[in-house]
Amino acid sequence: MNRSIWISFAILLAVAIAAPLIGSSHIELRRALAGASPDHEILFYARLPRVLLALLAGAALSLTGVLFQCLLRDPLAEPYTLGISSGGSVGAVIGICFGLPAIGLLSLAGAGTALLIVLWIAFEGGRLSSFTLLLAGVTMNSISLAIVLFLHNLASFSQSFAISRWLMGGLDAVEYSTLAWLAFAVIPVCGLVIARSRQWNLLAVGEEWASSRGLSTTTYTVLGYVAGSFLTGIVTSLTGPIGFVGLIVPHALRLKLGADHRMLMPCSFLLGAAFLALCDTLSRTVIAPTEIPVGVVTALAGGPFFIWLLRSKRRSLWL
Amino acid sequence: MSFRASALGFAYGLYDATFELPPSGFVTIAGPNGAGKSTLLGILAGLRHPYRGECQYRGVEIRRWRRHEFARKVAFLPQSVKLEFPFSAEQVVFMGRAPYADGWFESQEDHAAVARAMATTDTLAFAARDFRSLSGGEKQRVILASALAQEPETLLLDEPTTFLDLKHQLAMYRLLAVLAKRMLIVAVTHDLNLTLRFSDRAIVMEDGRIAAQGSPVEALAPSLIDRVFGVHTELRDGWLVYD
Repeated sequence: MNRSIWISFAILLAVAIAAPLIGSSHIELRRALAGASPDHEILFYARLPRVLLALLAGAALSLTGVLFQCLLRDPLAEPYTLGISSGGSVGAVIGICFGLPAIGLLSLAGAGTALLIVLWIAFEGGRLSSFTLLLAGVTMNSISLAIVLFLHNLASFSQSFAISRWLMGGLDAVEYSTLAWLAFAVIPVCGLVIARSRQWNLLAVGEEWASSRGLSTTTYTVLGYVAGSFLTGIVTSLTGPIGFVGLIVPHALRLKLGADHRMLMPCSFLLGAAFLALCDTLSRTVIAPTEIPVGVVTALAGGPFFIWLLRSKRRSLWL
Repeated sequence: MSFRASALGFAYGLYDATFELPPSGFVTIAGPNGAGKSTLLGILAGLRHPYRGECQYRGVEIRRWRRHEFARKVAFLPQSVKLEFPFSAEQVVFMGRAPYADGWFESQEDHAAVARAMATTDTLAFAARDFRSLSGGEKQRVILASALAQEPETLLLDEPTTFLDLKHQLAMYRLLAVLAKRMLIVAVTHDLNLTLRFSDRAIVMEDGRIAAQGSPVEALAPSLIDRVFGVHTELRDGWLVYD
């Protein structure tokens, strides 16, 4: 069983090493390491930070996908189901429309606000059920979308373009310091979530099921929701909402590995990272020098693969 | 003494229930739809709160029990379990070991308890199969195995035979009767004849109140069934015959 985790790790390593070396312009590793221009700049300031961002974002989004699917017992849940990223989008779009600096921080603030509002709606007499959480999250999504559309409608042409680009999601080279704090925030939270895999197994069956086996379902539902929202909010504040990663990686792995979160969560973390870095490499190279938005690549590369997987395994799915 | 309830009530559908249950034996709770059977069972399982009045297990109020300690004593079987994800039958049974461990891996005892539970319920043959691919009867046995893996002293079952055919209903009740020799079984049921045949004690509920309790023959007297269920019955050779 642990073999799956090692294989995932090996794939991740291979992608992480190969991705920065591939791009629209050819570079030589030896020259880049020796500090020769422009190979050095391309590798260390254009590609490597972007690949690292893709790895962290992919890992966080796909783990959050597993977590939300489990909490809501809904195979179609994804990191954006519970209103966090749309709250983040409201923050970012407000920033764009009013010409404010630090769009990322505004997005983070929007995501945090959405999180608090959803929790406030969903809590009832000291308890929280996943059903009210889902309703509150979906409502939050609708309201946020309405606000975004309203602001979009008022925006100037150039603002409108910036808004569209944000909502599409995308990866850009960021500062190493930004990457450092992103890693510092994302990795420990992911570790915390993965460490509770046995408890997520119980919640994936049902709340009464978990409760009658000694689990405090409210505690774990809140814990899972806050952790997943934190990961989603912080990642989308840097990348915008990149679709499909949180849906396809968990599902593909569930078909292969089964539902035990002790396998599913670590492998989703590792292969989610590899998947997004791979899609980003495609987005940079397929019609270079023009870039395809990475959200388009995740859907176009991932979708057909997923359909193939679904068709070939349908009989064992019991859908 | 296992459960002791006095003036027990719930926000909806349960009023003034007072009873004591023995530490072992087979207790059935019968009554028409909406009489409060499942509510009562849910309170005993620690799943419905806050409740009014008192309800103790081994002398401690149910709300005061620590959840995982309670789960080592009392296991609960829902009417059915619907899974969205591809857990195998064995993984479902292993979940019964949750009250004993919070580590990452299962212990030797966990494996032993799961093997025993699956042998008792005759489920070893499909241990590796996707739970969702099993028949209704097989699913019910796997859920029972998961509850037995908790190694409880009390087993609470909510209509365990609803989705079972005649043969599997009988097999389930026979198995519960055997288990009742060493533990307390409390089952909500609609089948009055299975109650008469297998249980040691019956509680009949009506409109959220206990209408009768005692030995099955006493509690399920034809006059009471007439009043509570609105069905005329006769007792012939130890079986209830419906008109």
